[in-house]
Amino acid sequence: MVEEATVMSPDQPTGQADAASRQRVLATITGALSDVSPGPEPERTETTAEKISRPAGPAASGDVIGLFAERCADYGATVVRLSSGRATAEAARMLVDRGVRRIALPAGLLAEAGPALTNSGIEIVKDDPPLASAELDQLDGVVTACRVAIAETGTLVLDHSVNQGRRALTLVPDLHLCLVRGNQVVPDVPQAISRLYPSILAGLPLTWVSGPSATVDIELTRVEGVHGPRTLLVVIAE
Amino acid sequence: MNPRIGPDQPAVPTGSAKPAPALPFPAAARRELANPQLRANLRKATSTIQAKRALRQAETPDWQELRSAAAAIKDRTLRHLDHYLLQAEAALIEAGAQVHWAATADEANAIVTTLVKRTGADEVVKVKSMATQEIDLNEALAKAGIAAWETDLAELIVQLGHDTPSHILVPAIHRNRAEVREIFLAEMRLNGAPAPPDLTNDPQELAAAARVHLREKFLRAKVGISGGNFLVAETGTLVIVESEGNGRMCLTLPQTLISVVGIEKLVPTFQDLEVFMRLLPRSSTGERMNPYTSMWTGVTPGDGPQEVHVVLIDAGRGKALAEPTARPMLRCIRCSACMNACPVYQKVGGHAYGSVYPGPIGIVLTPQLRGFGAAQTRSLPFACTLCAACADVCPVKIPLPDLIVHQRNKAARHKQREPRPHLETLAIAGAGWAFRRGWHLGLVGRLTSLAGRLAGSRTAIGPLPWPASAWTRARDLPVPARRTFRQWWKKQQS
Ligand code: SF4
Repeated sequence: MVEEATVMSPDQPTGQADAASRQRVLATITGALSDVSPGPEPERTETTAEKISRPAGPAASGDVIGLFAERCADYGATVVRLSSGRATAEAARMLVDRGVRRIALPAGLLAEAGPALTNSGIEIVKDDPPLASAELDQLDGVVTACRVAIAETGTLVLDHSVNQGRRALTLVPDLHLCLVRGNQVVPDVPQAISRLYPSILAGLPLTWVSGPSATVDIELTRVEGVHGPRTLLVVIAE
Repeated sequence: MNPRIGPDQPAVPTGSAKPAPALPFPAAARRELANPQLRANLRKATSTIQAKRALRQAETPDWQELRSAAAAIKDRTLRHLDHYLLQAEAALIEAGAQVHWAATADEANAIVTTLVKRTGADEVVKVKSMATQEIDLNEALAKAGIAAWETDLAELIVQLGHDTPSHILVPAIHRNRAEVREIFLAEMRLNGAPAPPDLTNDPQELAAAARVHLREKFLRAKVGISGGNFLVAETGTLVIVESEGNGRMCLTLPQTLISVVGIEKLVPTFQDLEVFMRLLPRSSTGERMNPYTSMWTGVTPGDGPQEVHVVLIDAGRGKALAEPTARPMLRCIRCSACMNACPVYQKVGGHAYGSVYPGPIGIVLTPQLRGFGAAQTRSLPFACTLCAACADVCPVKIPLPDLIVHQRNKAARHKQREPRPHLETLAIAGAGWAFRRGWHLGLVGRLTSLAGRLAGSRTAIGPLPWPASAWTRARDLPVPARRTFRQWWKKQQS
């Protein structure tokens, strides 16, 4: 209720009221858990049911990259597999085909993808200094790399390091082309989580992308592209 | 009423306001059942999502192991919740976030209101969040003159339609496309970028109108408000699972981000997400993975909000924790699979429950959080046939039927303690009297067999006047046997 807000006026730190609430919440919980024997840090091995067998699912063996390509395309993304030498040229062609003229390219990808794109007549806009959201909205698209791709679910995971750019870059423009290296594709979610752990420890944010933005909110009819990029293109270089 | 200003100034939408006061379930259900559009939409939605979920379960060979693992992880977290909360708090602070604690919904609302006011903003963009709906945050912000814009397409339809959600996952499932078009045409221009005048009722066009309407708000928003699907204690990482990208907008573009997170949302380690990220999308929308998931740890320099707040709310959860029988309900990851599987929910939809949490989990959680004092919350645990379909699909293996019976028991005890006599309590007391002595039962038997003979050739007794109407309104009362068992036995012996 608003009356409660008088406890903390807008120019006061929330500190004091918070400290009292914190004590109350923690006291309630500790009191509620009187049936649990207090002890040192709870062990992961408290129950064996937490240990699940893995890897599991169809991705455990066979053509992991093929499965990724198939499942990612299932969501409505356009996916191509190429030898690594041809990847950036093909990416440029796909963009030109879709009428893309101006794109953002993260600094860490300039050397790798810059020449092929410029040669195709695409204008590269650098995010340095950071572009305002309204400027990002004026771009035709963005090209990035990724950290991991998951075959089981057809998912791309970005950790927004230098070759992927900050989060807004792959969000505001209406088209996202992602370059994936074959060795980035893992069979399943558990293996992806293991590979992403260093990124989390480094404090990096993660964005998991499975196909273009979509909704079924109106009569369960699937509509692609509500707020995120409406077009997702994936180029896998092996 | 709703103060409306010009398009440049944010109006305060009244959408998602609670219909006051909620009717007990049987009355509310009757009201909802009278809406054929709702019934048709619900049937389609629940059966489609159920079929997709079943398909995903079938293609995941270790599904049952995953469920057991998820239940075990959540149980351990709950049993040591104080430990994990402190760990999460320390990790969040280390990562540059500010942590706030709220024992009640009012405290949480006051904290968020103060934080928003301090930024000087008079509007916020919101990601769909059960926790903020539960505490009525939008109403609290509106009272403080802050407009809270819902940005999920369905929530936008609900908000612009001055309505309440009818399903956790597809909150506007009670609206058809023609209604959505009407709402957009009438309301968008009052609240920001108008809908194009030639808007048709093609879902593609409707979604495009929402994109334009909301983009303006995303690009200017200074404050974003979210919930959280998971909070990793070890690292302080928050996780938001979504479809449309509106979540990413709210989490990324504003300068300030406030996340309101229930204390039961914790998981101990990042590795634990390998279980939940496989279970949640499949159980929820029946997809192998939802389109977008965001994970962030406090403040990332140069990327996204530079002022990050996390408000940890209790609001009745600690009390549920204190009842070991009720504790498993806090495992819930809000996937909505139990609702789609529920034969009651499939017919009446979310509005009948008078709570943001409908369906099987709603009828145990709502009375737990709000208490059994009101007839409305007491009626909820009875909105169930005990068929146990929900327990089969729940990804965290919550024994929902057991919990429902547990809550029925508490509701009955509550009634017994009230000074006003209740029909049901009287009937049970009457039955107690009849079974206490042999001759009591004999007397009752003679009376019922008399009634049976008077009924003639009829097999059932139709609607009766009050108080029997409470029973006969929805059911036939079978005609009592013309002869009691005792009379029959005597005859056999002679
Ligand atoms: S109770 Fe289980 S099935 Fe129902 S919403 Fe919660 S997690 Fe999902």
